[in-house]
Amino acid sequence: MTLLRHLAAAIVAGAVIWAASVQLSAFRDFQMAQIAVYVVAIAGLSILIGLSGQISLGHGAFMAVGAYTTALLMTHLNWPWWAVFLASPAVAAVGGAVVGLAAARLHGPYLAGATLMLAVALPSLANQFPGVFGGDQGLSVNVFVPAALGANFPQTRWLAWICALAALISLVILANLARSRVGRNWRAIRDDPVAAALAGLPVGRLRVLAFIVSAACAGLAGAMLAVTTSLVSPGSFTLSLSIALLAGAVLGGLGTLTGALWGALVIVLVPTYVTDVATSHGFSGGVAANIPIAAYGVVLIVVMLVFPYGIQGGLRRLARQFLSTPPTRLGPPGQRQPAGEHAEDLDAPYRRPPVSEHQEEGTS
Amino acid sequence: MNKSHRLRLPVIAAAVTASLVAAGCGSSSSSGSGSGGGATASAPGITSTQILIGSHQPLTGPAAPGYSEIAPAANAYFQYVNAHGGIYGRKIKYTYLDDGYDPSKTTSVVHQLVLQDNVFAIFNGLGTPTHLAVVKYLNASKVPDLFIASGCDCWNNPSAYPYSFGWQLDYVREGKILGAYIKQHFAGKKIGYFYQNDEFGQDGVKGLDFEIPQSQVVSRQTYVPTNVNIGPAVAALKASGAQVVVNFAIPAFNALFKLASLKLSFNPTLVASNVGTDPQTLGGLLEAFAKQGGATVSGNQLTQGIITDGYLPTLGDTGNSWIALFKKVHDTYDAKAPFDGNVLYGEAVGYAFVQAMVKAGKNPTRASVVKAIEGGLSQGASVAPYDYSASDHGGMMGAFIGVIQNGAIVQQGPVWTTDTTPAGPVTTFSGTQPAAPASGMP
Repeated sequence: MTLLRHLAAAIVAGAVIWAASVQLSAFRDFQMAQIAVYVVAIAGLSILIGLSGQISLGHGAFMAVGAYTTALLMTHLNWPWWAVFLASPAVAAVGGAVVGLAAARLHGPYLAGATLMLAVALPSLANQFPGVFGGDQGLSVNVFVPAALGANFPQTRWLAWICALAALISLVILANLARSRVGRNWRAIRDDPVAAALAGLPVGRLRVLAFIVSAACAGLAGAMLAVTTSLVSPGSFTLSLSIALLAGAVLGGLGTLTGALWGALVIVLVPTYVTDVATSHGFSGGVAANIPIAAYGVVLIVVMLVFPYGIQGGLRRLARQFLSTPPTRLGPPGQRQPAGEHAEDLDAPYRRPPVSEHQEEGTS
Repeated sequence: MNKSHRLRLPVIAAAVTASLVAAGCGSSSSSGSGSGGGATASAPGITSTQILIGSHQPLTGPAAPGYSEIAPAANAYFQYVNAHGGIYGRKIKYTYLDDGYDPSKTTSVVHQLVLQDNVFAIFNGLGTPTHLAVVKYLNASKVPDLFIASGCDCWNNPSAYPYSFGWQLDYVREGKILGAYIKQHFAGKKIGYFYQNDEFGQDGVKGLDFEIPQSQVVSRQTYVPTNVNIGPAVAALKASGAQVVVNFAIPAFNALFKLASLKLSFNPTLVASNVGTDPQTLGGLLEAFAKQGGATVSGNQLTQGIITDGYLPTLGDTGNSWIALFKKVHDTYDAKAPFDGNVLYGEAVGYAFVQAMVKAGKNPTRASVVKAIEGGLSQGASVAPYDYSASDHGGMMGAFIGVIQNGAIVQQGPVWTTDTTPAGPVTTFSGTQPAAPASGMP
């Protein structure tokens, strides 16, 4: 049932994306591919934080693993894009398993610190072994448009297609996983690990599994980034990438897949849009260069003030009020849901209970 | 809760959605070259009144200090040209976007410039790793990729990259010129290398090795820009007994090297690539780093005697017509920036672009500007001629040797030219640099 519904939604979304990619300009197609990259990465991180309750400041490193896997397989073995889109998440998942084993023993700031170290250390391996990883120059990646589409088919549209396809497939898988027993178990260990352990759930193993799934998503996103950028180099996987992914997940709404889409839209579109506005209003170079960063910060602050649960959380609240359901100030979000569907809604952003009550009172 | 209050939130929701939609499709209207100019709108980005070019530059991030001055300086020269009639009446509009020295952002901004803003050419894109991310794309899209701000020899590949042109002296030639000087002046001495472990340092060392006898080289140490702990490398150089050390390093690592060797009382003769020896930048870094370590040093004193090379006239040479021109342009259009090596570089490369566009004719196309450069450019602000031809897209062929004295590079002897082959000789350039045109325009 659930699988069919998610598949149907993905097919509709695919059709919309296809229609849009044909209509829009080549640059919009390129942005679509970039958005798809961030959707996958943020969705994976959002599942990790919002569902299993672990934090990672090192997802840029898993993206680097996926991206370098892609570059090496494509350069040395001539693998086609779809094969590397399968292999890269697999390799990143192995990395996730290793990190996850350590991470399952750490909490809060210690976990944040350990993953932060990963984000800083891993990409610099490329400089230590320049013979394999190409050092600072990186490795180049080329994806060719299939000849069957014709010689004049825009490359950016092809990139948009393969990235959107990969994103939709991974979203369907994640949506089903979140609704499955595994997803419920993750929520259980997130809300109260002691109670979950008493109920017989293997807390450590579930935490490692969440890391594996999340790292696989980051690995796929890294592969997609490699083909859209056409170059893999350490400069693409700085700490600021990891932080941007976290910011995107929080902006969109932790633990929700729709929220990942909002987060990706903000990360990709706001800087471009603001740069256009800044340059067309004739700001001097130094000022114009910093405006996108400032605007990004302003968006982050405004969203957190107006929508403490991210954009998706805010939209849900608006929708609830619009549909004239009595506001559910103190009750659980399940109130408005049809009977029989008491499992937590997939698109409800994760709220930490004590903060939740306080914040919601404060902002209304 | 009354109805009007309840309706306000959906309005906000609608506004948020609308703004996101606007962000998505806001500015896609600028594509398509203006058709109003009749015969003179000869190529994408060119109208009867304007030439639109773009660039990717590190305006923020780790590479921004110093390098972020280059694009505004080039733009200052373009303002000067625009104020003096433009190029065949067209004004240059230069859009340079920030990539933070991150190759994935470079891809993004270059796609934006080419696909959305519809620029005529990408000009002076800065950085080797960053530009490598877009060089194939630009050539596949047949967008002129002019005067890349990187001395990597890799751009000079006309069969693979017919639309790409280097400009500054490449690192292999630079290594050969420094190597020839060392061979001549430090015969029999023990030589050590300290270089950045990427294309920049490796190309430089390749050039050095073409000239310096292998028996003289006693130690080769490398660093990566992300790791500032260079103590072990300096200690290894000291242990090898090197009397002369050749650095292919960026300014920050030249400063770190100097301070680390002071600490070890290791005092070899220092020969360093032009990339890292702008005296103002290097002296400032030395003072700043020493201060962090609780010491006070004089930048001018520590840079004294460093042997380096230069491919543009020295800033201190106020009698040089090019320095006078660029100082005048700087004071009028870019006065907020210091008049240093980066600004000189930006204005000089801007001059080269105007040269190419003038040569490309009244109604330039993307192909005609490539043809124009392949036909050769006259020397301009460079101390040595350009090598441009259909089979050579490299750029400058030579430089002079200089020594830093009292915070300024002082030229020693003639200008040397060479090629990038192992056997190609390093010869004295017999010509003289032509004076800058009185109008300040090619």
